[in-house]
Amino acid sequence: MTHPADGPVVVLLDHHTVDGAPRLRPPVLELLTLARGLARHTGAPVHAVALEPGLAAAAADEVGRYGVTVVHDVTVGDADRHLTPVAAEALAAVASRAGASAVLATSTFENKEAAARLGVLTGAGVVSDATGVTREDGEVVVSKTVFAGTWTTRCAITTPLAVVLVKANAVPAEPVDAPTEPRTEGHAVTVSAGARRATLTGRTERAATGRPELAEAQAVVAGGRGTNGDFSAVEELADVLGAAVGATRVATDEGWIGHEAQIGQTGVTISPQLYIGAGISGAVHHRGGMQASGTIVAVNSDPESPIFEIADFGVVGDLFDVLPQAAAEIRRLRG
Amino acid sequence: MKIVVCVKFVPDIQADRRLGQDGRVVRDGGDGTLNELDENAVEAALALAEAAGDSEVVALTVGPAGAEDAVRRALQMGADRGVQVLDDALAGSDVFGTVTALAAAVRRIAADGPVDLVLTGMAALDGLTSLLPAALAAELDLPQLTLAAEVAVEDGAVRIRRELDGASETLAAPLPALVSVTDQANAPRYPNFKGIMAARKKPIQVLALADVGVDPAAVGAAGARTRIVGSSPRPPREDRVLITDDGTAGTRLAQYLAERKLV
Ligand SMILES: Cc1cc2nc3c(=O)[nH]c(=O)nc-3n(C[C@H](O)[C@H](O)[C@H](O)COP(=O)(O)OP(=O)(O)OC[C@H]3O[C@@H](n4cnc5c(N)ncnc54)[C@H](O)[C@@H]3O)c2cc1C
Ligand SMILES: Cc1cc2nc3c(=O)[nH]c(=O)nc-3n(C[C@H](O)[C@H](O)[C@H](O)COP(=O)(O)OP(=O)(O)OC[C@H]3O[C@@H](n4cnc5c(N)ncnc54)[C@H](O)[C@@H]3O)c2cc1C
Repeated sequence: MTHPADGPVVVLLDHHTVDGAPRLRPPVLELLTLARGLARHTGAPVHAVALEPGLAAAAADEVGRYGVTVVHDVTVGDADRHLTPVAAEALAAVASRAGASAVLATSTFENKEAAARLGVLTGAGVVSDATGVTREDGEVVVSKTVFAGTWTTRCAITTPLAVVLVKANAVPAEPVDAPTEPRTEGHAVTVSAGARRATLTGRTERAATGRPELAEAQAVVAGGRGTNGDFSAVEELADVLGAAVGATRVATDEGWIGHEAQIGQTGVTISPQLYIGAGISGAVHHRGGMQASGTIVAVNSDPESPIFEIADFGVVGDLFDVLPQAAAEIRRLRG
Repeated sequence: MKIVVCVKFVPDIQADRRLGQDGRVVRDGGDGTLNELDENAVEAALALAEAAGDSEVVALTVGPAGAEDAVRRALQMGADRGVQVLDDALAGSDVFGTVTALAAAVRRIAADGPVDLVLTGMAALDGLTSLLPAALAAELDLPQLTLAAEVAVEDGAVRIRRELDGASETLAAPLPALVSVTDQANAPRYPNFKGIMAARKKPIQVLALADVGVDPAAVGAAGARTRIVGSSPRPPREDRVLITDDGTAGTRLAQYLAERKLV
């Protein structure tokens, strides 16, 4: 199957489970917005792919508000859809049948694995951690920040099929003026033996915290060793801001908070509009995961802390004084 | 057991990292090191080899002249020998070019005795794509067990536990297999004096693309599926404020956020 430049831009629908039912994750709406911008250059349609049973139906109205014309509802027989090689083959099948020009997915570890195999299966070029995507002189051109957000690069994907992994908060999600009524196309994909060489022997989904997901939140309040294990001030400020709670590896290693809260090169990479770090020194491993944030606020009792080198607003002070006072003032300002 | 551990030579993350006019990483030597996260892969390889007994650990890199430093470091930690794929035609490789060269080298290593396990780190601290392990597993047609926070080999099978954003998973597969490990998997050993001395005598085999049967046009800038069209450093942050708490800093912080419509 060929991949013409005006072939559909296909978006992988990420989901989470809310009250037992699959729901789209917020960054998917950002992806759909980007996909529309990319498709506009060639007059291509935007399609969506659902790998989770029930997701295609549950998400149809919402993706319609973002201009999707077709939702590909994929089943993989007795293969396990949670295995990323299985997801890769499902995506390859849809991309081929639809004659896609591009596949867009959020830049999570799972999607990176699926995209990497998709690249091997189809010969497509893959760019990860994208913050933007457009078409220039016929080629898909991707922007990405590298070296902990200190550089921006732009690279063209020179293959007929382009695979782009986009970071959360890359663009604001914008619905279309006139919603579409997407058509659902079912695909029963036969998964190869190669994609099933490893077996998923166990899977436990983490319960939702009630707060926004760290990787996709627009605001994050993070705590480090300076909290000394007491995250109450961090959580209080996060809750008034509607922010996610994050941490340094010291805090997660100490068991003060779950490992999934770790921000950094070996944890979650975030780029929210607002990052507030409290009791965090700003080690290079941590900075690697948050330096691309919009506004950076640091609260630290040591004026020599390296985090102040990258802070837009730095407070030399005790986090147990500063954070509660800030939370109280925000409540007061809101009236 | 024969284990190949993939190690990458990267610019030191503590140093000032730059991109050149061509958009490629400036690797002007001096401040390059073994990718820190590959130390976890080397440690896992050594621990599994020690547990299995009668094993060989081969440290493999694809990279320019200085990259043998990364292999040497792995040898100092305890790997038995090194292999470096070195060829001018590799410059500018994307993930798939790198994978083509690594896979060919693994096949070459397997020619004199089957490889049971290919180990990698979770990410290279320069490219930081985390794309390579899954692509290499696909290319070698091996079971893919990635992001292991725990790894064990028993009775010819490998088992891992991995922690994802939304779930915790366990996977199993028969050997041979590819496993990537995270920094949670272990605490890498520090090379001691004896290890450093021993490493001097350990061989590092340097292979050109022709030696591993790879067409130079399939890798490097020529074979890449992506092309860098521009790069620029992020402009410095403007109008930065640093205050010392005089009892009102929390209030001032809230006002700062409100002025910027961040609350
Ligand atoms: C391979 C590797 C990977 C790593 N990956 C990561 C990663 O992904 N993410 C990560 O975060 N780290 C990572 N680390 C660890 C990292 O190097 C640092 O050790 C860690 O980020 C430091 O955490 P911290 O800032 O909480 O602690 P510290 O560096 O100890 O800093 C604590 C700060 O709190 C301040 N403080 C103390 N009390 C108060 C108070 N009452 N009020 C205000 N300030 C106070 C202190 O002045 C100090 O600056 C990694 C390390 C390695 C070797
Ligand atoms: C800033 C930057 C961004 C890039 N972005 C992209 C991109 O979006 N798409 C793309 O196709 N290419 C990209 N590249 C090129 C790509 O980084 C290289 O081809 C690289 O060798 C493999 O990817 P990685 O460094 O991201 O490795 P990762 O996938 O992050 O590394 C995982 C593990 O693979 C092993 N490994 C990686 N490289 C080697 C090696 N050379 N030798 C031995 N073992 C190795 C190590 O065990 C490592 O821990 C980028 C390069 C840079 C410098």
